[in-house]
Amino acid sequence: MTDQAYNFAYLDEQTKRMIRRAILKGLAVPGYQVPFASREMPMPYGWGTGGVQVSAAVMTTDDCFKVIDQGADDTTNAVSIRSFFKRTAGVKATTRTAEASIIQTRHRIPEDALTESQILVYQVPIPEPLRFLEPRESETRKMHSLEEYGLMHVKLYEDISRHGHIATSYAYPVKVEGRYVMDPSPIPKFDNPKLGDCPAIQLFGAGREQRIYALPPYTQVISLDFEDHPFDPSKADHACGLCGAEHSYLDEVIIDDAGGRMFVCSDTDFCRSRQEDGHKGKDAA
Amino acid sequence: MYVAVKGGERAIENAHAWLAEERRGDQTVPELSVAQIREQMTLAVNRVMAEGSLYDPDLAALAIKQARGDLIEAIFLIRAYRTTLPRFGTSQPIDTESMACDRRISATFKDLPGGQVLGPTFDYTHRLLDFKLAADSDVTEAPQRDAPDRRMPHVADFLNREGLIEEAPHDDTEPRDLTREPLEMPADRPLRLQSLARADEGFILSLAYSSQRGYGRNHAFVGELRIGQLAVEMDIPELGFSIEIGEITVTECESVNQFIGSKTEPPQFTRGYGLVLGQSERKAISMAVVDRAMRWEELGEDNVGAPVQDTEFVLYHADNIQATGFLEHIKLPHYVDFQSELELVRKLRREAGAEQVQEAAE
Amino acid sequence: MPSQTLEGGFTEPAVQSATAFRSVMEAMARPGTCHTITGATPPSPLSKAAGAVLLTLCDTNTPLYLAGPTDTPEVRAWIAFHTGAPLVGPTVCAFAIGSWADLMPLDPYPIGTPDYPDRSATLIVETDTLPSEKAALIGPGIKDKAYLSLPDLAPIQINHRLFPLGLDFIFTSEATVTALPRSTQVS
Repeated sequence: MTDQAYNFAYLDEQTKRMIRRAILKGLAVPGYQVPFASREMPMPYGWGTGGVQVSAAVMTTDDCFKVIDQGADDTTNAVSIRSFFKRTAGVKATTRTAEASIIQTRHRIPEDALTESQILVYQVPIPEPLRFLEPRESETRKMHSLEEYGLMHVKLYEDISRHGHIATSYAYPVKVEGRYVMDPSPIPKFDNPKLGDCPAIQLFGAGREQRIYALPPYTQVISLDFEDHPFDPSKADHACGLCGAEHSYLDEVIIDDAGGRMFVCSDTDFCRSRQEDGHKGKDAA
Repeated sequence: MYVAVKGGERAIENAHAWLAEERRGDQTVPELSVAQIREQMTLAVNRVMAEGSLYDPDLAALAIKQARGDLIEAIFLIRAYRTTLPRFGTSQPIDTESMACDRRISATFKDLPGGQVLGPTFDYTHRLLDFKLAADSDVTEAPQRDAPDRRMPHVADFLNREGLIEEAPHDDTEPRDLTREPLEMPADRPLRLQSLARADEGFILSLAYSSQRGYGRNHAFVGELRIGQLAVEMDIPELGFSIEIGEITVTECESVNQFIGSKTEPPQFTRGYGLVLGQSERKAISMAVVDRAMRWEELGEDNVGAPVQDTEFVLYHADNIQATGFLEHIKLPHYVDFQSELELVRKLRREAGAEQVQEAAE
Repeated sequence: MPSQTLEGGFTEPAVQSATAFRSVMEAMARPGTCHTITGATPPSPLSKAAGAVLLTLCDTNTPLYLAGPTDTPEVRAWIAFHTGAPLVGPTVCAFAIGSWADLMPLDPYPIGTPDYPDRSATLIVETDTLPSEKAALIGPGIKDKAYLSLPDLAPIQINHRLFPLGLDFIFTSEATVTALPRSTQVS
């Protein structure tokens, strides 16, 4: 049942038009951060207001909505955002990746390959990949316009000389279609290869920082690296304790006081459907 | 056997129920009414209206009640409500000279036309706890006099007549709207003032204080501080004239700051400006000092690298709703990112360990 | 006010504009693909698709340029009533609408700035189904290759070379929308 006190999907139509125009620009210039007049939402900045505004602007009454946080549908903030849209837009909600037409995510890309009939909406805390190298927006904007990305390479190379490896393990910067360096949001670098050549539309919303950016389907997305230090999307070298999956991203769970731990899929829907299909990990009952 | 935590929905509902109970507190104590908050916690209400950018004492009082007295939470409630309101139009600029002043003081002149009016101020109270207030207390009525029915001229205008203070040039350009357009650098003065007017009082206070202590100093006098009521008028196109749509209380501060001059221009005092919804003089004075400090470039002053001179730094960090949201979001689960760091650190340590073993063997 | 002015808008704005936007977004995200877009009945000569695009994207914040015969009193009144978009010339517009020939040349339209390539115009091009040869499209949004009938190649190729600056095109015909962002390479 929709809450009649608010417009469909909460935002007023003028705000949605403004966001929709920004989305179209984002799709036309992949990887470029389009400024938009982000609104105060009824949830705090930093808790997905950008993603929520993008989802609200693209949502139709026919959609089926899924929200994940850390890959899981049942984390509290995912639950909260899902119920927000159930209440304000009356849309169907699902936890199954394959059933969803819009998936809002924080920090993960689902394990199952996405399709052309899906939209993936990312919640982005700091959209500017150069921000930790240069805190000033006026400077980083100039760097993007001049394609001046040397500083980023220097930073990655300093990692290598200090640690022997690039010491960035999430929010790993990518280059889009050979032009813009983009922050893929704090997804683990394990997920980076799924960004490129993806059949789904990927939209990124940063509410507090007032930026929207996008990757159209089948866009070329390359994780920054060096010839002698190629990008390595590695993950924990274990199989999921519950479903036995060997190539999914894993959470490490501490199970007792003696330091006992197990590894389980971070994508709860992926893990559940594997278990339903009869797959069993070593820790499964 | 590990089972992933389920039941987020129920946990949230239960937390909300507990919150409601805590909000009410001991039920043998009478409940606060919104009217009581509005009338007796007026300065809290004023702060919520100012930083919430919505002039509505009843809603602000309700927000304070709902937020259990957490003013930033109350401001957040007001902001989130405010964005859902349709815009019918824009008011005429308010004319602070026509203010019905409750308070009007100048630190730069001993006396002046219109007089010094102290008004309801804490300034000369001795900060001794008044235990009479702990019991129910009757208020003795304050003495009254007739309100002066003339306009209260601005102190800066007196100085201006002699050319002693810089002109505040009249500008009819429609200012950009911070709440409707993304913030963009460089920000002009109207945009900076908008941002400061709704900025966190504590942050602006500290910045102003840092300027006074030498980080971007521009010695400020309170040229004038006035608090009072003003009519808000709006043009109604169907009527063809403007009508009064309500009355608001505002606090205005004009600072008179150290002079500038050059070989071609004789020295002149400069100004900073602060205007805040409601009665909030600490905020208005701080705002004027910070406004003046951010004008270093236009006034040809040196950038000494002081935080208060850094417009981008100030504007991007002045909003407490943005700040508190992002700060508190680190409470949300981050275990996916943490896991990827964990793997990386383990790998680096493994390799470092292997190297040490090898060195030892050699 | 003539009834034609008041009619022809979305009857359920929130729901219909959402559906219409999805068609425009899919079109912009997947250059060369065609999508149905309905809900608007604008005055002639505007197509239903163009009407729906205007209702979905335009308002008082988007200066609009009416090119050639689209600039009629009826169209002006309809746009004023339903969107409030200020009508301007091509040099300062956010959106322009007209036939390909009437929108030409492309030089005057804003193409964005190096700092803000998004500050560019979007051209809504009204087309009859064109008998012209199909152009091959490659670029973001396109798996391998796509094909689209285009009125003219050269200006679109010049526009693409400006990337990340440039114009984006939305083609409308009856109740169909398709798009060509500046990122698409055309041959």
